[in-house]
Amino acid sequence: MRIFSELKKHFFLFQELTKRDFKKKYKRTVLGMGWSVLSPLLQLLVMSLVFGEIFGKDMPHFTIYLFCGVLIFNYFTESTKSGMRAILENAAILQKVNVPKYLFLASKNLSSLINFGLTMLVFLAFCVVDRIAFSWRFFALLYPVAFLLVFNLGMGMIFSALNVFFRDISYLYDIFVMLLRYLSAIFYTVDRFSPAVQRLFYINPLYCYIRYFRIVVLEGGLPSGLHHLLCAGYALAVFGIGALIYKQCNRKFVYYI
Amino acid sequence: MAILKADNVSIRYFTGDFKSIGLKEYVVRKLKGNYKVTEFWADRNISFQLEKGDMLGIIGTNGAGKSTLLKAISGIMDPTEGSIHTEGSIAALLELASGFDGDLTVRENTYLRGAMLGYTRAFMEETYHSIIAFAELEDFQDRPFKQLSSGMKSRLAFSIACLVEPDILILDEVLAVGDGAFRKKSGEKMKQILSGGVTGILVSHSVSQVREMCNKILWLDHGKQVGFTDNVKLYCDAYEEFLITRKLPGSEKEIGALAEKHHKRLQKRQETLQKDQEQSLLETLQNIEPEAAKRIAATVLEHFDACEG
Repeated sequence: MRIFSELKKHFFLFQELTKRDFKKKYKRTVLGMGWSVLSPLLQLLVMSLVFGEIFGKDMPHFTIYLFCGVLIFNYFTESTKSGMRAILENAAILQKVNVPKYLFLASKNLSSLINFGLTMLVFLAFCVVDRIAFSWRFFALLYPVAFLLVFNLGMGMIFSALNVFFRDISYLYDIFVMLLRYLSAIFYTVDRFSPAVQRLFYINPLYCYIRYFRIVVLEGGLPSGLHHLLCAGYALAVFGIGALIYKQCNRKFVYYI
Repeated sequence: MAILKADNVSIRYFTGDFKSIGLKEYVVRKLKGNYKVTEFWADRNISFQLEKGDMLGIIGTNGAGKSTLLKAISGIMDPTEGSIHTEGSIAALLELASGFDGDLTVRENTYLRGAMLGYTRAFMEETYHSIIAFAELEDFQDRPFKQLSSGMKSRLAFSIACLVEPDILILDEVLAVGDGAFRKKSGEKMKQILSGGVTGILVSHSVSQVREMCNKILWLDHGKQVGFTDNVKLYCDAYEEFLITRKLPGSEKEIGALAEKHHKRLQKRQETLQKDQEQSLLETLQNIEPEAAKRIAATVLEHFDACEG
């Protein structure tokens, strides 16, 4: 309850911070917000040129298959990478006014979410072009998106706090993200592995969310109950750890920025 | 009923612990065996109490712990030991000119700052034009903030900040900013706010400003409390003497002695000043031509006549 009254009190600040983050991102670029749509598209183009021949030869809708991965993974990377800097970037403000620290993180996440929403629209347009039949099942996509948001917030809390105490984290994180990217089956399919190994992929939360998208969009089904539980479980666990860290050390940030 | 009560407040910084040097440096030092954590007390055992309407002046040289104490009072930092109890809303105007975003326009920055100070959107929309008018930045509203001169920046910062209406107002060197004309305007505005019955805390390096505005004094030195009093004149005199001799008083008595010394110094300065003036007048009179002397004498006489008339 306290969080809600706090949020209400600082809502204007939250709006202004989000506006600032969003504006700053595309300041002085010719295309501005167009980049949030264009950059995943270009990435998609490169990937389908490179991997289309290798992995997508005898696979229908390979572009959509790729797009599912790129869409989810880009949202994850963008929101956690910008979230990670949230505290350090706003050091000057933190040292001046007493506001809840998670506001800065939340504003970064919201501006990434807006970007994700725009890309999602393009994704749906691609589905239309690729003659994928829409159905009521597409609404189920809101489920992984909601938990991905929670997951990203949790990761943002963990890493923005760590980043205050150990700046080295941001470099390590880049490597971590690269590793995660290769383990998320973005541009390859997992059928080449044995069923046991295929199950191991579910240890990676990102793979769960991507797989959810693919099942709904490409396979025309709905994931199993266990899959739903995994999506929620990862997000809530990470969010819980992040919230705990914030609760423990958000008052200490100001000594180290 | 105290509106603000600080009880044995101490604030500690760590320097050189693994959080402030980074992972690599931590490992390297650990291996070399010269990993050391030093603690640094920015404030040690500070106690004071303010009633409604009080105006506290915090004096002390650089590094005395003034700004850290203000951060603790405004709730940005928690005291390591001791407690701070406040009643009502607090607005802290600290280092006003920092915290703006160079890439955003003046308008965007104004709204962001307003939001930071806890204003509502409706309030900002209502007062935006008067803020810009007060800061005299009408022609710069859509310019990137980094293109403003530093004077303009602090003018804008002041104009937004001076709309606060808190119960406790904390001012860190922000009483008057900008060039001559704006300095006068901002000084007046500040006085107007402070006369409204708000409880204030003022950090200023201008002792005369503290003398003029405050009714209580807290003197800090290297994190320690030299004294807290409502005898503003005595403490300011002693502090000014301290600034010259750099001898820190250890007790109430020594503060009195220091103030006494300051009076003597002032008196002596007054005397030598008078002597110097007389001397130079004599010299001029001796060196001038008789004709000129006559003219001066005539002017002086005329002046006296005018005064009597």
